[in-house]
Amino acid sequence: MTKALDMPPVRSTTPGGRFRPVRVDVRLLGLGGVLALLCLIGFITRPDTFLTQENISTMLRLAAAIGVVSVGMTFVIIAGGIDLSVGSMVALASVWMTTLATQAYGPFVMVLCAMLVGLGCGLVNGFLISYGKVVPFIMTLAMMASARGLAERLSGRRTQVVTETGFTDFFRGSFLGIPVLVIILAVVFVVGWIVLNRTTFGRRTFAIGGNSEAARLSGINVKLHTAIVYGISGLCCGIAAMIVVARTTTGASTNGLLYELDAIAAVVIGGTLLAGGRGSLVGTLIGVLIFTVLNSIFTQNNLDTDIQNIAKGAIIVGAVLLQHTTLRRRRGKPSAPAETGNQPTQPTGSQS
Amino acid sequence: MMRTNLARRGFLFGAAGIGAGAVLAGCTSNEPQQQADQPQQANSGQGANSEPGQPVTIGFSAPAADHGWMAAMTINARSQAEQFSDVTLNATEGTNDVNQQIAQVESLINGGVDVLVILPFDGKALTQVGRQAMDAGIPVVNVDRIFDTPLAYRTWIGGDNYSMGVNAGNYIAEELKRQNIGNPVIGEVAGIDSLPLTQERSQGFRDSLQQHGFSVGPRVAAEFTTESGERQTANLLQGAQTLHALWNHDDDQGIGVVAAIESSRRSDFFMVGGAGSRNMMNLIKDESSPVRATVLYSPSMASSAISLARLLGQNKGLGDLAEHEIPAEVKTYSAVVTRENVDNYMDVGFDS
Repeated sequence: MTKALDMPPVRSTTPGGRFRPVRVDVRLLGLGGVLALLCLIGFITRPDTFLTQENISTMLRLAAAIGVVSVGMTFVIIAGGIDLSVGSMVALASVWMTTLATQAYGPFVMVLCAMLVGLGCGLVNGFLISYGKVVPFIMTLAMMASARGLAERLSGRRTQVVTETGFTDFFRGSFLGIPVLVIILAVVFVVGWIVLNRTTFGRRTFAIGGNSEAARLSGINVKLHTAIVYGISGLCCGIAAMIVVARTTTGASTNGLLYELDAIAAVVIGGTLLAGGRGSLVGTLIGVLIFTVLNSIFTQNNLDTDIQNIAKGAIIVGAVLLQHTTLRRRRGKPSAPAETGNQPTQPTGSQS
Repeated sequence: MMRTNLARRGFLFGAAGIGAGAVLAGCTSNEPQQQADQPQQANSGQGANSEPGQPVTIGFSAPAADHGWMAAMTINARSQAEQFSDVTLNATEGTNDVNQQIAQVESLINGGVDVLVILPFDGKALTQVGRQAMDAGIPVVNVDRIFDTPLAYRTWIGGDNYSMGVNAGNYIAEELKRQNIGNPVIGEVAGIDSLPLTQERSQGFRDSLQQHGFSVGPRVAAEFTTESGERQTANLLQGAQTLHALWNHDDDQGIGVVAAIESSRRSDFFMVGGAGSRNMMNLIKDESSPVRATVLYSPSMASSAISLARLLGQNKGLGDLAEHEIPAEVKTYSAVVTRENVDNYMDVGFDS
């Protein structure tokens, strides 16, 4: 049935699985094509301002927060879960790290605080899902409500302005001409990619998402692993909160509104299967960039936000359709080697 | 051996977790800010009307205080009521659920309050319950978001969104003419575009600029949050390489707008805010900030609404007017706060 798996979970024929050559996937090529096309449209409509260094740097800075959140979301979705609480966790972490008490300890504690709050919320999600057997959708929905509630409680629904200049100066600065926020995104992405594709932890994540029962029978501690995956998502939210606070110089309970939808959209158009077991971080990153570039094009051409929302929806559907057709065309080819015969219909391979 | 190792590890992790929790819990305090909450309130009534009279019980219902302006409305109403020894304020918990607000107003009616002050979440949806109160003989002071029919309120007091746009446009146009800039590029950062208040503000802004022979250039719509303000403004500034003036509808999102301007390191234009937060007023005082003025839409109207309600309950008119009765409509003026007059307006500035 699924004879054209892009990459089976274990390929014993290749020696040294740790050093597999990176194979470029057609779906990613299609997605990259969409991104290139959008950039081309931007360049044609606004040749003088679109592909300038400042605009690219602005777009990447704007993509940083949602990009980091989407990296965590990719882990969760590959492991067969969903995390609806990311936006609220960003809000909570951003508020917690900007209270006057936290700011009094200085920038280092602020950063630590954001990460610990995010990680803590994520682990609460994870442990209640895996050990408490709460459905991920419900658990993270509950966290979405309570984390934002707590954020409102802590901040008194006020916008907390960051007066600690050490923090803003560092995070709004540049290093070797690259904004620090973009470097954070790059580091999170690279670390995420290595963990997902080059470690046993990543391998197990794919395995659990593909078939958690099989993963359990093969000796993986599925419960602990699932909990940690949600912890990763929370940690990413903590990092994203730092980025948001650096950008806006404020922590507020309104931060991170609808991040869950943006992140899930980016992950899904990036080619990650919502059912889990298959996915790609590179695709996620391209997905995030597509939305950022789209936003920039629309703003620069002074178009209304309503048209932008229509286009956003169309692009989500279009990208998914594009992936389906390229996939079908590839499956139709008889030349694809049949490597696995008795797999369940659920594809469990992974790419990049 | 193995087991003791794990136990020790578990103990260490546990201790680290508890320690991190303790540190985090210490970071939730916002104490010094609480003191800043108090002097929100401005001058109360003077003259014969401020003398204690017949006791009045005022019922107060408003949406959830989920942003600075709305929070200030509730705070102002409460502190104004405290100024009068003859007023008992019966305030309900703010809610953004229309059904719940209707239920709250109904329970206030049944509780036998003398006057109602209602700031509806949605004026249309609460019209019916406003009429119900009026029919029951309880005068209703409708604040800001107007009911569908005058039958539902005794007095309406609110801001003037159209004039707010007009005054912002006039100030910007006059300032540009003073600087002798012909054919200027004027940007606009609006609030949520689907709300009538945003449409009215934009219409007023457009109309007044047209009067001066100018037009609105690049325009984006944010969502009243600092984060969206920062994102949209960053894009707008990239698209508009030349810009002479920028009007931002709302000072809550204005913190993000200012953050975006600062990180773009541009100083070729000036910015005008809207609503009148204390934060913006401080920036107006600061010579180096891009903020030159802000157009009021002041939450001090909530204080006035309580005063009006008290006078209604005591059957008094407004002192300086010849009318024996409280007017049916009071529209507040959207004054332009500039560096010259900002000190006179600090008392109505609210914490965003």
